[in-house]
Amino acid sequence: MMATYPDDLYYSKDHEWIRVDGETGTIGITDHAQEQLGDVVYVELPAVGATFEAGAPFGSVESVKAVSELYLPIAGEIVEVNAALADTPETVNSDPHGAGWMVRVSIKDAAELSGLMRGAAYTSYVQDEGGE
Amino acid sequence: MLASMGKSDIMELFESIPERLRLSRPLNLPAPKSEFDLAAYFRDLADRNRTSGDVFLGAGVYDHFAPVVIDHMALRSEWYTAYTPYQPELSQGTLQAIFEFQTMVCQLTGLEVANASLYDGSTAVAEAVLMALRVNKGRHRVVMAASVHPHYRAVVNTYLRNSDVEIVEVGFDSTGRIDLEAAALDGNTAAIVVQSPNFFGVIENLDDICAAARDAGALSVVGVAEAMSLGVLKAPGDSGADIVCGEAQSFGVPMSFGGPFVGFFATREKFVRQLPGRLVGRALDSHGQLGFVLTLSTREQHIRREKATSNICTNQGLFMLMATIYLSTMGRKGLREVAEQNIRKAHEAAARIASLPGYTVKFSGPTFNEFVVSTPRPARQLRDELAAGGIVAGVPLDRYYAGMDNDLLIAVTETASIESIDRLVSALAEFGGAN
Amino acid sequence: MGASDVKVPAAAGHIVRNEDLIFERSRAGRQGYHLPDLGIPEKDISSMIPGELLRDDIEGMPEVSEFEVVRHFTRLSTWNYGVDTGLYPLGSCTMKYNPKINESIARFEGFGKAHPLLPEFLSQGSLEILRQLEDALAEITGLPHISLQPAAGAHGELTAMLAIRACHAKRGHVRKTVLIPDSAHGTNPASAIMCGYEVHGVTSTSAGLLDPADVERNMTEDVAALMLTNPNTLGKFEEEIDKVCEIVHAKGGFVYMDGANMNALMGISRPGDMGVDCMHLNLHKTFSTPHGGGGPGAGPIGVVDELEPYLPNPRVARNADGTLQLNFDRPDSIGRVRAFVGNFGVLVRALAYIYTLGADGLREATETAVLNANYIKHRLEDVYALAYEGSVLHEVVFTDRRQQAFGVKNSDIAKRIIDYGFYPPTMSFPLIAPGAIMIEPTETESREELDLFIDSMRAIAEECEQTPDIVRSAPHRTRMGRFDETAAARKPVLRWQPEKGKVAGA
Repeated sequence: MMATYPDDLYYSKDHEWIRVDGETGTIGITDHAQEQLGDVVYVELPAVGATFEAGAPFGSVESVKAVSELYLPIAGEIVEVNAALADTPETVNSDPHGAGWMVRVSIKDAAELSGLMRGAAYTSYVQDEGGE
Repeated sequence: MLASMGKSDIMELFESIPERLRLSRPLNLPAPKSEFDLAAYFRDLADRNRTSGDVFLGAGVYDHFAPVVIDHMALRSEWYTAYTPYQPELSQGTLQAIFEFQTMVCQLTGLEVANASLYDGSTAVAEAVLMALRVNKGRHRVVMAASVHPHYRAVVNTYLRNSDVEIVEVGFDSTGRIDLEAAALDGNTAAIVVQSPNFFGVIENLDDICAAARDAGALSVVGVAEAMSLGVLKAPGDSGADIVCGEAQSFGVPMSFGGPFVGFFATREKFVRQLPGRLVGRALDSHGQLGFVLTLSTREQHIRREKATSNICTNQGLFMLMATIYLSTMGRKGLREVAEQNIRKAHEAAARIASLPGYTVKFSGPTFNEFVVSTPRPARQLRDELAAGGIVAGVPLDRYYAGMDNDLLIAVTETASIESIDRLVSALAEFGGAN
Repeated sequence: MGASDVKVPAAAGHIVRNEDLIFERSRAGRQGYHLPDLGIPEKDISSMIPGELLRDDIEGMPEVSEFEVVRHFTRLSTWNYGVDTGLYPLGSCTMKYNPKINESIARFEGFGKAHPLLPEFLSQGSLEILRQLEDALAEITGLPHISLQPAAGAHGELTAMLAIRACHAKRGHVRKTVLIPDSAHGTNPASAIMCGYEVHGVTSTSAGLLDPADVERNMTEDVAALMLTNPNTLGKFEEEIDKVCEIVHAKGGFVYMDGANMNALMGISRPGDMGVDCMHLNLHKTFSTPHGGGGPGAGPIGVVDELEPYLPNPRVARNADGTLQLNFDRPDSIGRVRAFVGNFGVLVRALAYIYTLGADGLREATETAVLNANYIKHRLEDVYALAYEGSVLHEVVFTDRRQQAFGVKNSDIAKRIIDYGFYPPTMSFPLIAPGAIMIEPTETESREELDLFIDSMRAIAEECEQTPDIVRSAPHRTRMGRFDETAAARKPVLRWQPEKGKVAGA
C-alpha cells in the first residue's frame, strides 16, 4: 500500500481522487480503493454530457466478485471518459492515480473542493480505516 | 453421536426453539408408504390423466419426439445430483454443457450472447422487458403485440405491476400479424415485444418490426414459444432483433403439465452487462488448460443484491442439459428435418380442415405448426364433445380473446400420425353441424 | 481414526480423456437421429412459407452420431461431482439424497406427457397431485394457503412480496420499504426491489440474531414487510421471532420468512404458529428434489388468510362432486408469475418424498440433520473458529480466522477439501461472517461419511499450520487446476465460434 498520498490531489471519503486543472477535474479511484477491490475486470462509465451532483453515483467498478459504486467528489458535467479502460481495466490496478483515471468533469463549484481531503489527511484516513 | 457430544436427548439440540414455538403434536400427514405402495399410488394418479391418443394441443407446449438417449444421459446422477457449478474444478461437466447450450442458443437465434437459461418462456420475456427498460433508461412505454402468448403477457404484467411503465397492447390484422402502424413507436418506447411464430401460429414479419424499433430507438424483443421453428425459420437476430428469448421445451423436454421447462435468452454482445441470469465463460487454469467458469457474476443478486439485474438465482440446469443433448443428437440437419415435418403435417391438416363445410383457417399469414380454425359452433363446446370421444382438437380461444368464441388453436407436430389427423378431420366434420 | 491417518487419496489410475466441445466433434454428414416417414407427399416448404422467412442452415450446429452423443455427455458427467458421488456440505443448499423412486415416478407417462392445457376432466391426476401437495405443505408450514406456481425460491420471494404489496394497495397505502437483516440471502433484497420497494437493513446482534429492539426502531407504518430467514443463514433459530412478528403486525406490516432452511423445522416448529404471514419453500432443498446442476427448483409459497386473494392465478379448487378444477375468477390476484401451474415434475417428486416419510419420518429427518450439523460443530470447533458462538440447528458457520494467521484463506481451504474427495462448503456467505466456511451435512449422511469429512477438515487445519503452501495452491488432484477468473471476466468468451477459414474435420 502507498505509504503517503500525494498532495496534488484531493480525496473523498469514498476513496475517489480528483486532480484539478483550471476548471476541469480528472477523477479516479485511489490506490487504497483498487487494492481493496482486487483485480478490476470492468469499469462502467457515464455518457459524456451527463451531469451529477457531488456525491452522486456516476458509474461502477467491478472485480470478479465485488462491485463498487463510483461517486463524484464534486458536482459537474462529464466532459471526457477514459475509453481505454474498456479494453484494459487492469490499468486501474497498475496506475490508479495516472492512466487509470476514469472521467473528466467541468467543475461546477470549485468551493466544493474544500470539503475534500488533501494527501496527509487522506493518508491518515486510510490508516484509521485499515485499523478498524 | 449424541453421547459423544455429552447429550442424552436429541431435543437438547433444539433448545434454541422456545417451548412455546414447538409443535406439540405430530404433523397430520398420510402414513408413510413403502416404495411399492408409493409407486402404485402415483401410478394410479398418473393414469387419471389422459395423455395418449389424438391430442392437438400446442399454445407454448409441444409434443415432439425426444430420442431416448436424452433421458439415459440425463439420468446419470452426476448431472442431476450436482448443484450450481460454484466450484469449477468439480463442475466442468455442467459448465461445459452450459457453454455448449449458450453457443447453440446463439446459433439458433442469430445473436451473440446467451445465458445459461431462465425458468420458462414467459419469465424470459418478462426479463427481456426489464432488461430493455434498463438499457433504455428514461423510457416508460412498452409495446406488446396482443398475439404474444396470453400467459406470457400476463407474466409481463405481473412483473411490471408496480412500475411506472405503460404497457400498450397492439392488435393484429387479418393476416394474424401485428398491426405495426398501430404500435406508434416513439421516443418514449423502450421496447416492442412480439412473438414469432405468434400465439396464433403466424410467422411475424420480423424484418419490418425490428427496423421500426431501430428507427424509434426502441429494443426489439422477439419471444419464441415454439423453439422448433428456429430449425427452419430465419434467425430473428438476422432480422435485427435485439433480444430473442423464449421456451426451449420443444427440445426434448417433457410436457409435464407445464414445467419444469427451459427459458432461453439471447442478445447482442454490447448488452452483456445487462443480461439476467447465469453465464459461463471460457477460462484458463493454472496449468494453461482450457476450461469453463461462471463469469460476469457481478450482475447477479448474490453480489449486487438490490442492484442486481434480476433476482434469479438458479437456472434450469437439468432441462437445459436435456435441450443440449437433444440439439446435439438432431444436429444441423435433423432439426431442420423435424421442423419441415411439422410444417408439412400442420399445413396438410389445415388444408383438410379448411375444406370441411363451416370451417375456415382464420388468418392468412404464413404459419409453422399451429393455426387457428374458425369453427361452425362455439369452439369450447366442440372441443369438449370431441374430447369425450378421445380427440383433443385444440385450445379454444374464447377465454383469451373477446369475440373469438368460434376459434380453435390447433397444433400438429411431427408426432401426429396421418391416421390421427384423419380422425381429427372426420370428427370435426361429424360434430361441426349444429345439434 | 485420527486426523493424521487421513491422507489425500493416492494417485488414481483412472484416466478420463479430454473431451472437445460437441461442435469440435462434429463431422459433416454424421447423424444421430432417425425420423419416421412423413406419410404424405413432400411439398416444397417455400410453397407454404415465403422464402424470405426461411433460413438456409444453422451454422455451427453439430453433426454427430448417437454414440458420440452418449460418449460426449457421459465423459462430461464424470467431471461433475454430485451428492451421489459424496458428501456435498454446501451450506444453505441442503444437498440431501435424492430418492431414486421419485425419479421413476416423475417419469410416468401420465405425468411426463400431460399437456397443461388438457381439459380439466382429462387432468384430474395432475390436479390431484397439486391439491395434495398444497395440503401437505400447509400442514407442515402452518400456513393455510399454498401457491405452487413459483419456479424457484427467489421466484417465490418475488411472488409473495407482490402479494404483500397488492394487499397493502388494497388497504389504501402501499408503503415504501422492506426491512431485511444483514444476514439475508442476496435474493431477498433483489426480490423486494423488483416489487418496487426500497430496502432497509436491520443489523444482527453479536449473537447473530435479530434484535427485536432494532426492528421496533425501524418499524413504521411505511414499512411493508420484514423479510427474515429462520433458522437464519448462520443456522440459528430466531428465538424471539414471535415478538418480532408482533412488532411488525402492530404497525400493520407483514412478516415474510425465507424458508430455505425449513429442513431444520419439519415436524418440530411451524412458521405459521410463530406469527409468520408468508414464506417460500425450496422443494429442491427441504423436500429432496434434485438440484439438477442448478435447477429446476420449485418455490411454493404459503400465506395466511388475509393474503390468499392476492396469490397467483389460477388456484386449484375442489368441486362439490370431488373433482378438481382451476379457478381463475379471483379479481385481486397478482396474476400469473409463470406460464403454467408450476414446475410440476418437481412437485411430483416432493409429494412422493413427503408420502414416503410421513409425519414421523419428516421429523426424524429434521432431527438427524440437526444432529449431524452439531456433530460437525462439536468435532471441528477446536480447530476452526466459529463465526458466532451458541447453538445451531441444521448448519454451522466457521470462519478462516485462525488459518489466516498462516496466510490461508477460506477459498484455499475450499480448494484443498476437493483433494480429499469432497465438495467444498459454502464460502463468502453469509456476508456478516467474513471468511465464512458454511457447512450443512443434511440428514442423509452416515456417521462414517461425516467422520471422514471431519478428519479431512482437521488434516487441512494441520496443513494450514505446517505446509500452508499445499493448501494455498490446491487443488492438486483434479483434472483442472485453479482458474484465472479475472482474465475470464475481462475478456469474456461466452460461446464457441468456428475458427475462420478452418473446415470442421479437415
